[in-house]
Parts: sequence; structure tokens; C-alpha cells
Amino acid sequence: MKIISQISQQLTGIVTISLSLSLCLCLCLTSLSLSAATELRIGLSGEVTSLDPHHLASQPNLTVARHVFESLVDVDTQNRLIPGLALSWRAIDPHTWEFKLRKGVAFHDGSPFTAQDAEFSLQRPLQLKSPSGGFAAYVRAIASIRIIDTHTLQIKTKSPYGALPEDLNSILIVSKKHAVNANTDDFDSGRAMVGTGPYQFVRYQRGDRLELSRFLGWWGNPPAHDKVTLRIVPSDPSRTAGLLAAELDMIEHVPSADIKKLSKNNQLKVIQATSWRTILLHLDQYRSPSPYITDLNGSLLSKNPLQDKRVRQALSLAINRLAITERIMEGLGMPAINFVSPPSFGYQTILKPETFDPSAAKQLLTEAGYPNGFQLTLSGPNNRYINDDQILQAVAQFWTRVGVRTTVEALPMSTLLNKVRKEETTITLLGWGSFAADLSIRSLIATTNSEKGYGAWNWGRYSNSKVDQLMTTALSTIDRTKREALAREASILAIQDVAIIPLHHQVVSWGMRSGLSYTPRTDEFTLAQHVSIR
Amino acid sequence: MFNDEQHYLLKLYRDRVARRSGLMLLLLLALALAAPIYTPQNPYDLAQLNLLDAKLPPLHHSPDGAIYWLGTDDQGRDMLSALCYGLRTSLGVGLITTLLSLSLGLLAGLVAAYSGNYIDSMLMRLVDLQLAFPAILIALILLALVGQGIDKVIIALVIVQWAYYARTVRSAALTEMRKDYITAAICAGYSPMRIVLIHILPNIIPTLLVVASAQIAQAIALEATLSFLGLGLPITAPSLGLLIANGYTYMLSGTYWISLFPGVVLLITIFIINITGDRISALLNPRLQ
Amino acid sequence: MLRSPILIRISHSIITLFAMSIAVFLGVYALGNPVDLLINPQANQIERAQMITQLGIDQSLWVQYQRFLSAALHGNWGTSFVSNTSAWSLIIERLPATVELALCAMCIAIIIGLPLGLIAGLHPSRWYSRLIMNGSILGFSLPTFWVGLMLIMMFSVWLGWLPSSGRGTTTNTLGIPLSITTIDGLMHLILPAINLALFKLSLLVRLTQSSTTLAMLEDYVRYARAKGLTERTIIFKHVLPNIAPPIITIIGLELGGLIAFAIVTESVFSWPGMGKLLIESINMLDRPVIVAYLMMIVSLFIAINLIVDTVLIMINPRLRKQAPSLQSSLA
Repeated sequence: MKIISQISQQLTGIVTISLSLSLCLCLCLTSLSLSAATELRIGLSGEVTSLDPHHLASQPNLTVARHVFESLVDVDTQNRLIPGLALSWRAIDPHTWEFKLRKGVAFHDGSPFTAQDAEFSLQRPLQLKSPSGGFAAYVRAIASIRIIDTHTLQIKTKSPYGALPEDLNSILIVSKKHAVNANTDDFDSGRAMVGTGPYQFVRYQRGDRLELSRFLGWWGNPPAHDKVTLRIVPSDPSRTAGLLAAELDMIEHVPSADIKKLSKNNQLKVIQATSWRTILLHLDQYRSPSPYITDLNGSLLSKNPLQDKRVRQALSLAINRLAITERIMEGLGMPAINFVSPPSFGYQTILKPETFDPSAAKQLLTEAGYPNGFQLTLSGPNNRYINDDQILQAVAQFWTRVGVRTTVEALPMSTLLNKVRKEETTITLLGWGSFAADLSIRSLIATTNSEKGYGAWNWGRYSNSKVDQLMTTALSTIDRTKREALAREASILAIQDVAIIPLHHQVVSWGMRSGLSYTPRTDEFTLAQHVSIR
Repeated sequence: MFNDEQHYLLKLYRDRVARRSGLMLLLLLALALAAPIYTPQNPYDLAQLNLLDAKLPPLHHSPDGAIYWLGTDDQGRDMLSALCYGLRTSLGVGLITTLLSLSLGLLAGLVAAYSGNYIDSMLMRLVDLQLAFPAILIALILLALVGQGIDKVIIALVIVQWAYYARTVRSAALTEMRKDYITAAICAGYSPMRIVLIHILPNIIPTLLVVASAQIAQAIALEATLSFLGLGLPITAPSLGLLIANGYTYMLSGTYWISLFPGVVLLITIFIINITGDRISALLNPRLQ
Repeated sequence: MLRSPILIRISHSIITLFAMSIAVFLGVYALGNPVDLLINPQANQIERAQMITQLGIDQSLWVQYQRFLSAALHGNWGTSFVSNTSAWSLIIERLPATVELALCAMCIAIIIGLPLGLIAGLHPSRWYSRLIMNGSILGFSLPTFWVGLMLIMMFSVWLGWLPSSGRGTTTNTLGIPLSITTIDGLMHLILPAINLALFKLSLLVRLTQSSTTLAMLEDYVRYARAKGLTERTIIFKHVLPNIAPPIITIIGLELGGLIAFAIVTESVFSWPGMGKLLIESINMLDRPVIVAYLMMIVSLFIAINLIVDTVLIMINPRLRKQAPSLQSSLA
């Protein structure tokens, strides 16, 4: 018996050793080529500046934060509101919204989620002593918050405000216990990274990666992957190369140049959806003469031609949007006429995107008194939106061909914004993402009014009192059907007047191993909890 | 001195490698200068471009009978034309930058070495100050302040590069001055000006040329890097570097020609510049005679 | 008065540092207003104004500089606008990655470049010397970002041998996170280090070669040969010490340059170093980080210069006294 047990022990030892050796070998090999089945490595395209979910309202920061934290109101892949930490919400009266919170939700430390946490999180953006990046904008409508019971919250707004649920989607709920005195550093170190979300904080290396593990106590369906590493890879070719070299399982924002190649690779696949971001042109309409519009000899035009609706229409007609979306965007764009993208609230379908018609454009220019055209500069960023500098060149090409000699000025976003502030641009490219048409009209098209906060991004200072009025009414309408109708009406009015020239809605794309699946999201977020294994 | 100069030129002419590389360099210059005459398209004129011709592969026949020998880029720009214009821009930027920064650096370096004391230390502190700034950053801040453009890029590059010459010239001159023949010259009562011009200057030319041949290449590469970072030349008037940067996004996707051809031309250009510089420095070195 | 040349150089360095703080501050603050980049697009003008006040950029330039200087003298380099954490700690966090990369690149350049240059300089007419010299010219002829992409294409995408981006696993060595201590980290380090080294390598080869060629023609080599010394003794005892000073100067200068130029390599390989931080900060106009980074680079560089100068003074006896200038010897 003794001998047998000894032999068996020895055997077990040998087996263990050989097993562990082969396991080591396997691990070494897999770490070089393929990852373990339940680990997901995602390549993100933007710089994450902070893990504090209330510090800076940027897409990369929110992407990361949405793995750990959740908001009261969630949105689905089509940008429509769905229950998040709040099960339901309704307007009790024009000034008051009531939110019923989800029961049985736990934070990562095990403590239960209550109305206290929600109240604290909604107040935190305004209390932050640090230079807040402006989450305050999403809670500015709130006058007071009342806790009815542990899972009911009543929010009073300063004036009737229908877009509160949309706004609250951007406010993530933190644990009051952990975040009450926490500053940004506490979030970055992980101390305050206690949320209710599907993933828990493990390790953060700034500028490189965030490691997460599955939170077993999450209320939703457990996500497919135990471990998630969010790698920060802003360089486009590096992201593609990482996916091709199997260092990454999934990447967001596939560079348009690589779409075809990745689609052809049968180990990989590319998925796409229309994004909420619309690329558009602002036209200087507030000064005459416009200081940078000249005739073909370079002398200043005495009148600003962009104030003439026919000229704006001509410029819009002269652009071959289909050529841009197909040739430059490689399909990552969809010709636009609206200020919000198709699935969004308030998208109108009566007016279709302008068809390319250079002769009609020339005709309109002649009617407006510019048969020989004129010269202007088209400005825009060169590092912000998909292929932005190429789009600028293409638009310039089209305009030059109908006689409007266009010089392109593609600048880093920081330089561009300063030029815009100094009013040194004439026509400027901007990308805009919004939940709802009335919200985007408020920022882009409404008459600039600093007190009300209207037209903050209305660079061309288009002004139309009818549009303003419709937009204001829409925003204060609680009934969503009525509100949507009003928003559509305002949009149509502004579109017909060529307030701005929409070019296309961006199409957002993800590349991944063919064994994975992800439903593409309009809001462009890359969320590991929704990545499943086929 | 001038006789010596002629002698060097003769020597250069007699050297096979120097003659060939010099001729090739002249050929490149001629190609670059004459670009507007022989290229099928003016790549800077937006009205001549057609987006529908974008990303055509090399040797593509367009419907109107033209052949895109090297294909087209993402804007439908004929790559051959863009290359020739780009070569012009790149060589122009490199040559002008080198000429300006070399003169500036030579002057500063000689003044520093010659005068010594506080002028020397002040100039050298300025050089330190200059070199303490990352080249890319000076350029970046300058370009952010003044905007894009060839002239601005050149100014930025000169500001980046003059200090290298100044430092090299000064240290080479100081090394020379410690040598015995200078002491002899001083004892013979020659004027300082004469000593600097006749004895020191010829002896530091090889060192200077080694640096210059590297710096001219670096100027072109740096301009490309600035363009890569989105700060150099405007996209509508590309240099070789900008063409590479433009094609950079397409490298992994099989649309290789946008980045490959400018890369090859840039490589050849800088290689020829460097080979020529190399031979010149080997031949002009008085000690090797 | 200060007599020692080393002390004089130290005092010069301090003055330079101070002058640079002004230049850097003015340069960066002339760049523009970061608010529009930082602000939530949905924010209104009132929130914008509040933010400007909170960031302290509504004050005059002079007031801002005074605040900056007095804080800096207390060791506080400001708070990053975008990360809301100390600018200095952001940089220190990224420092090891960049220094590791730059040092590795410099080591590669020295280990390969110096011997190659020496060989080419000692036997200038041999075929392998020509190969070395032409190879070094090729090394010059490629822009860093292009080489970086080629390396990624070749070794990551086609061959699949090495990772294309990031820093890999790091371990804390003496409290400093290093990649070089783990295999995974080393694999991540190879490509960026080679990419960064290539240019300096070519420079070193050429520099060593031209110095060696010149040195071999010097009189002392002839005398040494006449004395019957072995070639090995001549190289190690006579040639190397004589060509060392300019090479040390260049290595020193280029190390500063390497750290600065790592910007491009770090961008291409997504290496989480200071250069990448700088590009991000410039894109976001995160002034405190830009200023702190620049001041750190400036300090680092001044320190490198000081060390190079000191070493030169110590190894070259003739420089130990104040360097003789032409004028003073004429007097």
C-alpha cells in the first residue's frame, strides 16, 4: 500500500510537473498569439484624461467610465432612452419629474444603491471645486431634488423642460460613501472607482490601459468576458496593426482606409452603424462685408454673398456628398440634410439630402449676381473627425469647379477654435452629436444669446426668430410626441433656409475577431459588457 | 584661398563618385525646378482635380485618355505630378533652411570662438537655450503662433538648426586654436581676422560639411515630421513628407502607392544628398590631401 | 568672483533656466485659449465664463506668470486642466517610460554605432567600411515615423514576432516601473527603441568614422607607429581618448534630443511616455502640463550640458583652466 501510494504520489508529481510545464508553455504561446477565451482586449481611439466620471465630458472618458458606472437613464444602440438605474420616469407636472429607481442594485463594495447616491451624483458636477469640464450643463435645468423614499426621486426643474431624461443619461451614478470627499486622483487611483456597473476597477496605467474584471453582483445579464483591458491607442495605423497582430480583440473607429482590408480578412470582421455625429459647415452670415470673402482679383466684396440664401443653396448643391461618403469616407458616411442622425429624436424625413447639381448651383450663383464666382477660405480641423482634412479638400474642389475659388485651411482643433473665437473664419467645418433635433438647434442654429445659453456653437450666427421660437417651445414641451413634431418643424424651417450646410452623418465602425459580436451603437460608445462570444 | 577653392572643385570633379552623385543631384534639382513645365497636372489647382478619380492604382488609364503613371491620391491628384511638385517643395525647404542656418551658425560659432569671454558664454548659453527646446516643439509653437506655410516652416527649421552649426563650429574652432600652428601664426604676428579666415575656417569645413550633409537631410525629414503631426505645410500644397504622411493612413490597406512612391523619391533624394555630402567632406578635408 | 569654470557653468545654467521659464511661459500662453476645447459642447456662455474664472486664465499674463513662478518655486507646477491632477505628477508618471526608451535607444546606438564607426574609420577603403558608411547614410534618409510604420508592418503584422504598440508588462524596480525587466515588456520595447536609435546610430557611425579617420592622420599616431606601438595600443591609448570629447559632447546633446524626439516614436508606437503626453496636452491646450514638460526638458537638458561640460573639463587637462580663447592668447 505504502509503495503504491508512493508511486502514485511520484506519478502525481510527474504529471503535475509535466502538466504545469505544458501549461506554462501554452500560456507563453497564448500570451504571444491568442488571448484566453474570457479576456477581451479593446483598442480605444481617444485619450482618456481622467477616470472621474464628472470631470471632463469627453467621449473617451465616458467610454471608460460607463464600464464601471451607470446612469439613471440609459440609451439603447439606436440612441433611444431605456431604463438604466431608474426603472421608469414620468413628469408629474410641467416642473417635476419622478424617477423610480431599480431595486436590488449593489455597488462593487456590496453596499446597496439608493436614492441618496443618485441625489449625490446629480449634485456632484456642480459641487466640484476643480475646473469642471462642464457636466454642469446636464444638471443646470435642475432646481431641486427630493428623496421620496429609498428608491424614488423627484426632480424639480427651473422651467418646464422636456429634455431632462436625455440630459441625465450623461450623469453617471457614483457611490456616495466613496465619492463624498473624493477628488480626481482618488478616481484615478481606483479608491473612488466604486460604481454599480458590470465591471470593476483593477488597474489603471494612465495613457496606456485600464484593466477591469467582471462584477459578479451586477444586476443585469452577466457579460461574456471575465477580464477586460481597455488599451488607449489613438494612432490609427497602430490600432489596425494591433488588431491584425492579434494583440487586440476589438478596436473602435476602424480607419476608413483599412475598412476594406479588414473586411476581407476572414479572421476579422467590421461592423458599422450611423453615428449621432453630423459633419456640417457653418457659414458666416452675420457681417457684411465678410472680411475674408473677395472677388477673383483678391479685392474685398462689398456685400457678404453668404447672406444671400441662393448662394448658400448653390454651395450646398455644388457638393457631391455621395462622392465624399463613398470615395473619402469609404462608406463611413451617409449624406445628410438633417442636424441629427437618422435614429435620433426629431429626425425629419420630408426633406431629402441635396442631390449633386453643379449646373443648378452655377445658375443660382448667376441669379444672385456672382456669375464669375468669388474667393473664400474654408476652415476646419485636421485631427478631430474622420478624414476631416480630406473632406475639406473635396468640398473646396467642388466649389472651385462651380466658380467659388476655395482655399483650404486645415488646422489642429485647438488653433481652429481660437480662430473661430477671433472671428477669423468664413466657412467652418464642425462635427456635432446630439440626442435630439431641438437640442442641436439650440446649440448650432438658435440666435446667439449668452444669458439663455443659446447658439453657443452657432459660428455663422444664423438667426431666425421663427426657428428660435419653435425650438424653445419644443424644449419646454413635456409630451414627447408633440415635442418631436415641433423639433421637426423647426428643423425643416432651418434646412429650407440653408442655415448651415450639413454634409454627412458619420458612420461609426468597429473591427473585431470574427468570433465576437457587438451591436453597433449610434452613440459611438464601445462597451465591453455588450460584446458577446458567438 | 580662392585658388585652393578651385583646386577643391577640380578635385571634386575628378572624383568619380562625387561627380556622379553631384550630377544626379543637379538632375533632381532640374526635375524639381522644371516640374510645372512637364507634369501633366498642376496638383495645387483644385479645379484640375476630380474626386471621382481618387485612389486609382498606377498605370490607370482615365476615360479622357490620360494615364496616371503612379496612380492618384485620395483627392484624385495625379501622383506623378504631386511627386514632382513635392520634390520641389522638399528640396527647396531643405536647401534654403540649410543655407540660412549654416550661415547663421557659422557666424555665431566663429564669433564665439574668436571673441571668447562673455560674448562666447552668452552665445553658447543662447545655443543651450535653443537646443533645450525640442525641435518639434519650437516649430509647433511658432507654427501655432504664425500659422502654416512654407516660409514659416523654414523659419522654424532655421531656428531649430542654427544652434547645431554654431556649437560645432565653435568647438571645432577651439580645437584648432589649441594646435601649435595657430600659436605659431599668432607668434608670427598675423591678424586675428586672417587667422580665423585662413587657418581656422578651412580646417573646420569638413566637420561643418559632415554636419550640414546630415542636417539638410534632417531638415527635410523634420519638415515631413511636422507635416505628419499636422503642423507643417498646408495640405493643398504637399511636400514629399506630407505626401508620405497622407499615404501613411493607407499603408496597411493595400493602397500602397500614395505613401510608397513619395517615400522612395524622398529616400533617393536624401541618399544622393548624403552621398554627395560624404564625398565632399572626404575630398575637401585638407588633412586627407 | 567665481573662478572655477565648473562653478561659472553652474551659475550660467541657473540664469538660463530662469530665462527659459519666461520664454516657455510666454510661448505656451500665446498659443490660445483652452476653454473651447475643454468645455462640454452643451454648455452655455455663462458656464463658459465660470470655467474661465475657475481656470484662472482671465487674469493678465503678468499676474498669471507671477502665480506660476511663485507656485513653481514652491514645487507646484500647476494642475492639469484636463486631468485635474498635478501636472508634475503626470509627467513624473510618464518619465520612466520615456527615459527607459531613450536610454535603450542610446545604448543600441552606442553599442552598434561606435564599433562600426571605428572599424570604418580605421580601414576606410575596405568594402565593409563602405557598406557601413552607405548603410549609415541610408539610416539618415528615412523619416522616423515612416521607419516606425515599416517596422510595425514587418515585425508585427507580417511576421507577428513583436507587439506593435504599448509598453507591455512593467515591474517596479527600485520603485520605478520598467518594461525592460519582463520578457513581455522587452518585446514591447524592441521596436520603438530601434526606431528611435536608428537615426542616432547613423550619426554616431559617421561621427566616429570621421573623427577616427582624422585622428589616424594626426602626428601623434605617426610618432606612436614610429615608436613601434601595436595597433591596439594606438587605438585604445591614443586615438580613442582623442576622439572621445566631441563624441561625448554629441552623445550628451543627442540624449536630450532623443528624449524630445521620442515624441514621434511614442506617437507611432503608442508608447505611454512624456512625448505622447505632450502631444495630447498640445492638442488639448493643457497649458500647465505643456509648461511643466518644457521646463522639465529644459532642466534636464541644462543638466546634461553641465555634466558633459564637466566631464570634458575633467578628461581634457588643457580645458581645466579657463578655455584659452584667441583674444586672451593674443593679449
